[in-house]
Amino acid sequence: MEKNYSKALKITKRMKPDKEVVSFLLNYSKALKIMKIEGKVFEIIVN
Amino acid sequence: MANIQKSDALLVKDYVSGDESALATLIKRHESKIYGFIYSKIADRDVSNDIFQDTFIKVIKTLKTSSYNEEGKFLPWIMRIAHNLIIDHFRKSKKMPLYRETEEFSIFSIMSDDSLTIENKIIADQVEIDIRKIIEELPADQKEVLVMRMYQDMSFKEISELTGVSINTALGRMRYALMNMRKIIDKHQIVLTN
Repeated sequence: MEKNYSKALKITKRMKPDKEVVSFLLNYSKALKIMKIEGKVFEIIVN
Repeated sequence: MANIQKSDALLVKDYVSGDESALATLIKRHESKIYGFIYSKIADRDVSNDIFQDTFIKVIKTLKTSSYNEEGKFLPWIMRIAHNLIIDHFRKSKKMPLYRETEEFSIFSIMSDDSLTIENKIIADQVEIDIRKIIEELPADQKEVLVMRMYQDMSFKEISELTGVSINTALGRMRYALMNMRKIIDKHQIVLTN
């Protein structure tokens, strides 16, 4: 853990996640419906 | 274009109201900082992508349940989520350490087969038989205490209660039993090693 945290940063400027990841998140967000019924939370994924 | 001018707080408000494009703007605006932060700790692109994805899944769920309290700290809030997921990742990998083969370190140096070979098994069985024979040579009271202690794993308190003698007497009998066994071993020059 210590080793990992003290490792020299290898990042180049403006690293970005894969396009597929962002695309998945946007689609997931569109498909996800959350409803609260009588204090219970229901998650529904609409295809 | 208008979205670029909007603050995070306004975009969050729009997103909670149902404007999905606001999320795309928020991700585009902060993806570099968040992903860079994760990668700086993880140093692995695939794992960083996974943690980035899990971070935003939490963000999406929290925003959709309307349990996020906007105080103008959207980015620090996401960074905190990412930070916690990074810690979770290291906790998991600590439980399942990954060993890599290098010139100095071979995985086979820490992997060994502790089971006895057939030859060693035969020797161990013979040693066990010899010990049993030696125990049979002991006086009955000493043999009784030694068997209860070594083979039945009883405490000296239990032995004293069962045999009706004091704990000190049981301890003394055990001591004499061991001394007598050593004498028999020396006398007959029995080798009890594996």
